[in-house]
Amino acid sequence: MAEAGGITTESVAGDRARAARTMLDQVVLPGEELLLPEQEDAEGPGGAGERPLRLNAGTRSRGRVVCGPGLRRSGDRLLVTKCGRLRHKEPGGGSSGGGVYWVDSQQKRYVPVKGDHVIGIVTAKSGDIFKVDVGGSEPASLSYLAFEGATKRNRPNVQVGDLIYGQFVVANKDMEPEMVCIDSCGRASGMGVIGQDGLLFKVTLGLIRKLLAPDCEILQEVGKLYPLEIVFGMNGRIWVKAKTIQQTLILANILEACEHMTADQRKQIFSRLAES
Amino acid sequence: MKETPLSNCERRFLLRAIEEKKRLDGRQTYDYRNIKISFGTDYGCCIVELGKTRVLGQVSCELVSPKLNRATEGILFFNLELSQMAAPAFEPGRQSDLLVKLNRLLERCLRNSKCIDTESLCVVAGEKVWQIRVDLHLLNHDGNIIDAASIAAIVALCHFRRPDVSVQGDEVTLYTPEERDPVPLSIHHMPICVSFAFFQQGTYLLVDPNEREERVMDGLLVIAMNKHREICTIQSSGGIMLLKDQVLRCSKIAGVKVLEITELIQKALENDRKVRKEGGKYGFAESIASQRITAFKMEKAPIDTSDVEEKAEEIIAEAEPPLEVVSNPVLWTPGTAQIGEGVENSWGDLEDSEKEEEDEDGTDEAIILDSIKMDIGVEVSNIGSQDAPIVLSD
Repeated sequence: MAEAGGITTESVAGDRARAARTMLDQVVLPGEELLLPEQEDAEGPGGAGERPLRLNAGTRSRGRVVCGPGLRRSGDRLLVTKCGRLRHKEPGGGSSGGGVYWVDSQQKRYVPVKGDHVIGIVTAKSGDIFKVDVGGSEPASLSYLAFEGATKRNRPNVQVGDLIYGQFVVANKDMEPEMVCIDSCGRASGMGVIGQDGLLFKVTLGLIRKLLAPDCEILQEVGKLYPLEIVFGMNGRIWVKAKTIQQTLILANILEACEHMTADQRKQIFSRLAES
Repeated sequence: MKETPLSNCERRFLLRAIEEKKRLDGRQTYDYRNIKISFGTDYGCCIVELGKTRVLGQVSCELVSPKLNRATEGILFFNLELSQMAAPAFEPGRQSDLLVKLNRLLERCLRNSKCIDTESLCVVAGEKVWQIRVDLHLLNHDGNIIDAASIAAIVALCHFRRPDVSVQGDEVTLYTPEERDPVPLSIHHMPICVSFAFFQQGTYLLVDPNEREERVMDGLLVIAMNKHREICTIQSSGGIMLLKDQVLRCSKIAGVKVLEITELIQKALENDRKVRKEGGKYGFAESIASQRITAFKMEKAPIDTSDVEEKAEEIIAEAEPPLEVVSNPVLWTPGTAQIGEGVENSWGDLEDSEKEEEDEDGTDEAIILDSIKMDIGVEVSNIGSQDAPIVLSD
């Protein structure tokens, strides 16, 4: 049986690669190599690549393992490219095997990723496309036909300086990113031009992911305070609107401060606000 | 990188909030952000934090010849730099307008107000004067650079100590800090800039605008004052039309603010002086608190260091052994001795004969020539090398 601890393997670099399973929730640093469960067994005793027979087939299924943010494939291993904690999620359906591995890291500068929903600011209108600033190194391009119900005659009402909520269809390091405001079926599903009032502010990317996690307590508590509209962009931008300016400012300050508060401090602040 | 554009909805929200007398961070109209002053270990080095805006100031001095038309006055030189880490929009060569404007304002505020006694910087009239140079670096831009920069400049100047000089007849003696304590500069008064941002054509005004408020403002009024209520510089930019009573009101507010800030500066200087006198720890490591960088507060995460020892041993085993340290000087020729690691010259190729001789002699023996007496207490062993002295190649 392969040992659960660090397995010394002879690799070209002479590094010691560890099993990803043993490094879960631990801090990993860029440059470390991780072994996937399949390789573990393959390089176990015998080393001939034979898979030992298992009586309990409840352990890892040998399906495709998805390599998430902060990890990269190098040969047949995972190479860590960001520092942070290693996380794993089991596949839901049980059929697609392997699950997802990723690294939870913190940064403020956004890099466009395909499929991310972001808030952009329209900076220019040129011909058939809008140039939208999303906080990355280049402005993204948004075609005027990429809105629900837009045709050549019926152009969307978008001015320079408006806020747009959309998703990326093209986002890689070699090309300028492209975004659209419709999903694959042609429906808006919440995307498009964001309303006129309200406040836009910027937070770190880690806080956005925390707020967008399912069952986020912060959001539930905030929702109990005042009626509000809120849009989260994965590029660190949040748009919030409440009935009065004072309430909007309070919400913006709370969300920015949530990053560095413990759960107790947060509860205190919310209870104080609820009273006043 | 290009500056992030300001969206219409932000602009509208900010203006509406200002009309309702509300600011983004909850301040009142005339409130300053928190000012924090910390000093470095050297005299003349300080960091000023105005909210999140940070400026580093450093003062240095040098003896130079004076200007021809001002032979008895010292020279003051001010320089503000916008570091690239202050904002993504600051790139080398990109920020010239703002930079020129800030530098000009700073110079007018500090040089033309004659806050430093330049006559006292003269050492020998017409020949040697002190040139005092103030370098300011903007480390983080969150609005109101000019206020933070002027506070940093004056604090650094007050904190600075120049070497002591004494002139006796024709003889000028410059003392090192060890010989005589360095002497502070002679400062008449402390001019401090206060910025007022105007919105809606002068209807609303805010003191100490932060970065977003600066983006939507119509105009800026900067008043530099000292605590004796003397105006040193006043500048209005942005092309707004200000009424006389508006300017008077601003100057009254500036007077109050400058008093508060001057008290804060005096307290900070006094604290630092006390700490240095009592021999306590001072410097940035003590005064700037380490900030938390995590987004979550959670228990400490264990890091696996079980293989660090083996890795370290591997590295040590593979590394070359350190060269032998020779603690007594080895004299090669008159005027050339060697002490320390290795003794074998690793800089250039020696001629073959010398290399052979060195190898023969070993590294621990000294070769002494007849005519030289050494009183260093070196082990002498005459190996019979009374022939040609070793001459190291050029």
